[in-house]
Amino acid sequence: MKHTLSILVEDKPGVLTRVAGLFARRGFNIESLAVGSSEDPRLSRITIVIDGDEHPVDQVTKQLHKLINTLKIRDLDPDNQVSAELLLVRVAGEGEKRTEVLQIAEIFKAKIVDVDRRQLTLRVVGTNDKLEALLELLRPLGVLEVVRTGAIAMARGRG
Amino acid sequence: MTPDKRMKGSRALVAALKDEGCEVLFGFPGGVAIPFYDALYDTEDIRHVLVRHEQGAAHAADGYARATGKVGVCTSTSGPGATNLVTGIATAYLDSSPLVAITWQVRSDLIGTDAFQEADITGITMPVVKHSYLVKDTADLPQVVHEAFHIASTGRPGPVVIDIPVDVALGETVYRTQDVLDLPGYKPTTRGHIRQIRAAAKAINEAERPVLYLGGGCISSGAAPEILRLAELRRLPVATTLMALGVFPETHELSMGMLGMHGTVTANYAVHECDLLINMGARFDDRVTGKLKAFAPHAKVIHADVDPAEIGKNVRALVPIVGDVKHVAGALCKELEGMEWTPERTAAWLGRIAERKEEFPLQYEDPADGTLAPQFVIEEIDRVTGHDAVVCTDVGQHQMWATQYYTYTFPRQFISSGGLGTMGFGLPAAIGAKIGRPDAAVVDISGDGGFQMTMQELATAMSADAPVIVCILNNGYLGMVRQWQDLFWDKRYSFTDITLQPDFVKLAEAFGALGLRVAAKEEVEAALREALAAGRTAVIDFNVAQEENVLPMVPAGSEITEMIGGTSRKGRKKP
Repeated sequence: MKHTLSILVEDKPGVLTRVAGLFARRGFNIESLAVGSSEDPRLSRITIVIDGDEHPVDQVTKQLHKLINTLKIRDLDPDNQVSAELLLVRVAGEGEKRTEVLQIAEIFKAKIVDVDRRQLTLRVVGTNDKLEALLELLRPLGVLEVVRTGAIAMARGRG
Repeated sequence: MTPDKRMKGSRALVAALKDEGCEVLFGFPGGVAIPFYDALYDTEDIRHVLVRHEQGAAHAADGYARATGKVGVCTSTSGPGATNLVTGIATAYLDSSPLVAITWQVRSDLIGTDAFQEADITGITMPVVKHSYLVKDTADLPQVVHEAFHIASTGRPGPVVIDIPVDVALGETVYRTQDVLDLPGYKPTTRGHIRQIRAAAKAINEAERPVLYLGGGCISSGAAPEILRLAELRRLPVATTLMALGVFPETHELSMGMLGMHGTVTANYAVHECDLLINMGARFDDRVTGKLKAFAPHAKVIHADVDPAEIGKNVRALVPIVGDVKHVAGALCKELEGMEWTPERTAAWLGRIAERKEEFPLQYEDPADGTLAPQFVIEEIDRVTGHDAVVCTDVGQHQMWATQYYTYTFPRQFISSGGLGTMGFGLPAAIGAKIGRPDAAVVDISGDGGFQMTMQELATAMSADAPVIVCILNNGYLGMVRQWQDLFWDKRYSFTDITLQPDFVKLAEAFGALGLRVAAKEEVEAALREALAAGRTAVIDFNVAQEENVLPMVPAGSEITEMIGGTSRKGRKKP
């Protein structure tokens, strides 16, 4: 099962390296990682998605806690979190294919952010599942380039 | 305390070190370290010990820390100076030793340009430090030093690197004795949870076949008195790891000696048969557990450790207790004192253990070719020093014989690289230990292989007037590797023969040390006494049997009862 960890860290030099390095050193695979500022200018929040079947999640969180600059780690409840990921995808779109791409884009509420005669670039926000479904549909049409931010997530309600 | 005053960064650093109680610094200067060394030049409060290679500085600071319980401090210049410290930093990390390593760095504006003697030492050491700093502003320097000492010495101790660009040392700041630490993410849990402690006390009280399994955490938390009381309260037989040797006196009837790969038959079988395994500050290392699935198959497990990440890492604990072992053991005693218990409960178990101890002692035979048994040399060192020396070792066969045939009776008596297994550790660690414990006889038990890795530190021992006794168990081999080649690789001794070696007696003399050679049983005691009385560093080259193996031995990955050797007095194979 996938686990989404929300990690609050001090915004100090090298903190991302420490977190990423820890995963590498302990042999934990990262599925995605996103980092940015938080509500407090001194702190950053990192969202990491890992495969919990591969590694015991409590061992990962305990090791993360040992980093001096780590303040708080939450293993977000999958049923009680909001998460989103931003995806940009450039897809071939000439002739009839173009109509098809536009239809798929509409279904997924994707925005066309760039277009020329041969191709279209879509921007879409959604959960991991939604983005995977979109890519699945676009692939036969000719996906040329994909960029993803990795998921960001927070607990629902007051947390 | 140093009064608030405007001063250069280098002087502020010296003031901060002094305020942290640093009395000795092991180091080696270099280009960008000169401003700091200039500040040290007229400092009377901190002694500087000049090593001959930076690796020696890190090991000496580590040895000092292990012998005294204080934070060890080492320093080096940038680039190669700093990279030479890395093995020592990793050694301290794996054995949770409190070390502060101050490395000097090229000027801030040159960082990242591949400047002369530039190395990204905070990057290089990141996987082997508890924490590290790259100081960017002179004003931050004192605070960083205070934080570094705090982090290195509290919770689960470990090494902290402070990397300082030379311009930070040259800049000015107002030095304040700061006691407000800004570490919101660092709050080690030292007091065990009372509910867990009660659950543990109940399990101990009800156990019929308990074993107390002690690790390095007992030493770093200073838990020896509490552990002794706990063991005696419920008559718990005690097995120690290599890191815990001495924390429980081996002369005590409840001591079973060391467990694990080269542990005693008694300790390994007790762990295999016990119904309750009480782990205090150990980490179920693979050298202890052997095949994990078959480890302590009948036991409920209590696991107390100050590092929550150790609990449940290798073995599931029925009663996990996050906390400092000293506190946990003390609290357990308190609970147990209020509970009813009769010695009959464990009498049969203790009887079985006593019988086994009697029947399956550690034993060896004198070599048929009349050469010296290495085990005998250790027994003699033990006898001549009256169980009272501080014993440092290198890594290999001699290290294991040192665990088996010396009698350890007090904590911080045995100093060895357990986790990383660093050859070359022994001599510099012994120098650090001697400087920390000038009153004690410090013996470095080494092999002819490991000694050659850091033997230049004889110059440090001589110039710093830190007389240590180096006992080389010289068998002309990289003995432990040769033993594995003998047992598991068809005796193909690939590159383990090191008979072509320097004359260690002449070598010692070249450094101004006393050099002695011993090849016969009768000469061992006299040589040791001469070395002890010499008042200067001595090297004794013991020519021991070449192909002696360390027994008993649990092959890596086997169950800990599958021992090679470990036969009874009468030659019976299994208990």
